[in-house]
Amino acid sequence: MHEETAVADFGLDTTPRSLADVAHDAIARFRGGDLGPVPALLAIVTLVAVFGLANPSTFLSVGNFANLLEQASAVIVIAMAVSFSLLLGEIDLAAGFTAGVAAAVMATRLQDGWDLPSAVLLSAVVAVALGMFTGFMVAKVGIPSFVVTLANFLIFQGILLLLVKEGGTVGIDSELIRDMVGASLSPTQSWIFVVIALALFAAFEVRTQRASHGAVPMSLVAMKVAGTTAVAVIATLLLNENRALARANIEIKGMPVVVPLVLLLLVSITFVLDNTRAGRHLYAVGGNAEAARRAGIRVDRIKLAAFTACGLLAGVGGYFLASQINSVSATTGANDTLLLAVGAAVIGGTSLFGGKGRMINAALGGLVLALIDNGLPLVGKRSVFWLVEVDFSSSGVKAIAAGLALLVAASVDALSRKSAG
Amino acid sequence: MSTSLATEPLLELRGVNKSFGSVHVLHDVDFRVHAGQVTSLIGDNGAGKSTLVKSIAGIHPIDSGEIRFEGEDVAIRGPRDAAELGIEFVYQDLSLCENLDVVQNMFLGRERLRRGLLDKSSMEQAARDTLATLGVRTVKSVRQPIRSLSGGQRQTVAIARAVLWNSRIVVLDEPTAALGVAQTEQVLALVRRLADQGLGVVLVSHNMNDVMSVSDRVSAMYLGRMAADIEVTASTTKEQLVGLITSGQRAGNPTTDTHGDDT
Repeated sequence: MHEETAVADFGLDTTPRSLADVAHDAIARFRGGDLGPVPALLAIVTLVAVFGLANPSTFLSVGNFANLLEQASAVIVIAMAVSFSLLLGEIDLAAGFTAGVAAAVMATRLQDGWDLPSAVLLSAVVAVALGMFTGFMVAKVGIPSFVVTLANFLIFQGILLLLVKEGGTVGIDSELIRDMVGASLSPTQSWIFVVIALALFAAFEVRTQRASHGAVPMSLVAMKVAGTTAVAVIATLLLNENRALARANIEIKGMPVVVPLVLLLLVSITFVLDNTRAGRHLYAVGGNAEAARRAGIRVDRIKLAAFTACGLLAGVGGYFLASQINSVSATTGANDTLLLAVGAAVIGGTSLFGGKGRMINAALGGLVLALIDNGLPLVGKRSVFWLVEVDFSSSGVKAIAAGLALLVAASVDALSRKSAG
Repeated sequence: MSTSLATEPLLELRGVNKSFGSVHVLHDVDFRVHAGQVTSLIGDNGAGKSTLVKSIAGIHPIDSGEIRFEGEDVAIRGPRDAAELGIEFVYQDLSLCENLDVVQNMFLGRERLRRGLLDKSSMEQAARDTLATLGVRTVKSVRQPIRSLSGGQRQTVAIARAVLWNSRIVVLDEPTAALGVAQTEQVLALVRRLADQGLGVVLVSHNMNDVMSVSDRVSAMYLGRMAADIEVTASTTKEQLVGLITSGQRAGNPTTDTHGDDT
C-alpha cells in the first residue's frame, strides 16, 4: 500500500523513463546553466582537432599521446587536491608548493639514506600538517582562504627553498618513484587493466540503474558502457604500438603507469565523496554553510578535514612532479603547476562558488591545459588573420592561452550561476 | 471546544523571563502548545516572538521560569536538548542546500548508514514515504536538486524534513513570507495536516489571513508580555487579532479571556 502511494506521488522516481526523457532532462539542466563537464569535453575535442590539423605528424603521433597523459598527471592530481577547497567555496593557491615541499621532503630523506616507505610516510605527514595548518587558519581563526593560502604560498615556497638549498637540485634515486611517470605497463598488462576497469565500470553502472527503479534507462547505461569501451580500446590499441623513435633500438609500448594510478585516485576519491557522510557534508557546507550548521554539521571540522585532504593529495601530486623530472628543485610545484592546478579544476567545471564539482572535472580540466601546453609549441609560427605573425611556441602565448581558458571557464561558472539564479 | 483545554499541553512555558544585558525582552511569559493543534504566535516586530521561539529552540536559553514537556519539568539549554524532545524548527530563510537534492536535504546531518556508507535507497524511500503521508504532490521527484524547486516546494521540503524525525512539535517561522498566493495555500494546507497528524504546531506569523485560516489557538505578544491566549472560533475576527498586536488588547472587551483560564 505504502509503496503504491509513493509511486503515484513520485512518478518520476519510479516509473521507467526512455532515453528521450533523459535527454530532455539533460537539455533542461543545460539550459538552466548546469553545464557540468561539457565545456571541458568540447574544449578537448576542439583542441585535438585544431592541433591535429596544424601539425598532424607530431601532434597526432602515439608518442605524443602517451607524453600528453604523463604531462597532465601531476596537474590533474594537484587539481583534484584543489577541488577539495573549491567544493567548500574556498581556494588553495598554495597547493603547488605543498606538492613541492612534500616532494622535497621525500627527496632529501632518500638522499640521506632513508628507505622509500619512511621517506614517503614523512612527506605525507608533512603534507597533511600543511593542509591542517591552512584548514586551522581558515576554519578556526576565520581568515579568508584566499589570504591564508597567499601567505602559505610564500611560506611553503620558503620551506621548499630551505629544503633544496637555493638553486639546488635533489636527485631521486628510487626506481619506484621514477617509474610513476615514465614507465609503462606491458601490452598484456594494459589489456588486463582495461578489461578489469571496464568490467567494474559496467557493473557499477548496472547497479546504479537497478537502484534507480528504471529512472535511468538501460539503453543509456548500454550507450555509456559502449562509448567508454570504445574509447578505452582505441586508446589501448594506440598505446600498445611501439612509440620509440625510429632510430632507437628499444621498444616503448603499453599504457603509461600514470593512467591506472590517476584513475585509481580519481575513482576512490569520487567514491568516498559520494558514499560517505563526510563527503555529503563537504558538499553541504559548500552549498550553504549556514544550512549545514543548522542541520547539526560541524562546519569547522568539515573545513579542517577538507583542507587536510587537500594537503595530502597535493603531496601525492608532488610525487608525480618529482617523478616527471626525477628530481626536486626550488621550482617544483611553482609557476605553471601552481596556477594550472587551480585553473584545471575550474576549467573542468568545478564551481568557484562551492558545492558543485567532481574529481572527473579536475581530470578533464588538467587534460585541457596539458593539450594547450603540448599542442601550442607544435603549431609554430603562423600569421593570425593574415595580419600579425605569432610564434605559438613561445611561452608568452602559452601563458596567455592558459589564462584565457581559465577566464572563459570562470565566466561560464559565474554566468551559469546567474542564470540558475 | 473546552475539550482541548482539558487535555494537558504538550509543551508549556510558565513565567518565562529573558534579558539581553539590560534589555528585558520576555516578561513572565506563559505559552502553551497542544498536540494536534496549530498555535499561532503573533505580535508586532520586537514584541518578543522570535526570542520566545528561540528560547524553545535552545538558542537563547531562558533566565527564569518553567518549561514543561508532557507535564514534566525539562530544561532546554541548547539546540540538542530541543531536538531530543522532538522539537523541530523550520526557519524563515530556508535551511536548505540548493546544490543537494530533496532526499539529501531531508536527511542532512542525520544520514542513514549501512556498513559505514550512505544508505541511499533507504533514505530515498523514507523521504518519498514522508512526503506521501503529508500528501505532498507538488514535488515531482525526490532526486531533484533544491535549486530547481519553487519557493513553495522548498518550504514543503523544509517542513517535511522537520517531520521526518518523529518530531512532536514543529515550529515554523513565517513559512509563507516569501510565497505567492497559490504556494501559500499549499504550505498552509501542509501546516494544517501536520497538526491533524497529532503534532503540536507553532506558527509564527505576521499574516492575519494565514493565522485565521489554520490556527486553533492564537497567542499574542505585546511588548515582551503574553497579551492573550485565545481560541480561534467562528466569531474571531481579523480586527480582534490586529487589536491584540497593536495594543495588546482585544477590541471591544479589553483584558478579559487572557491566559490563566484553566484554573
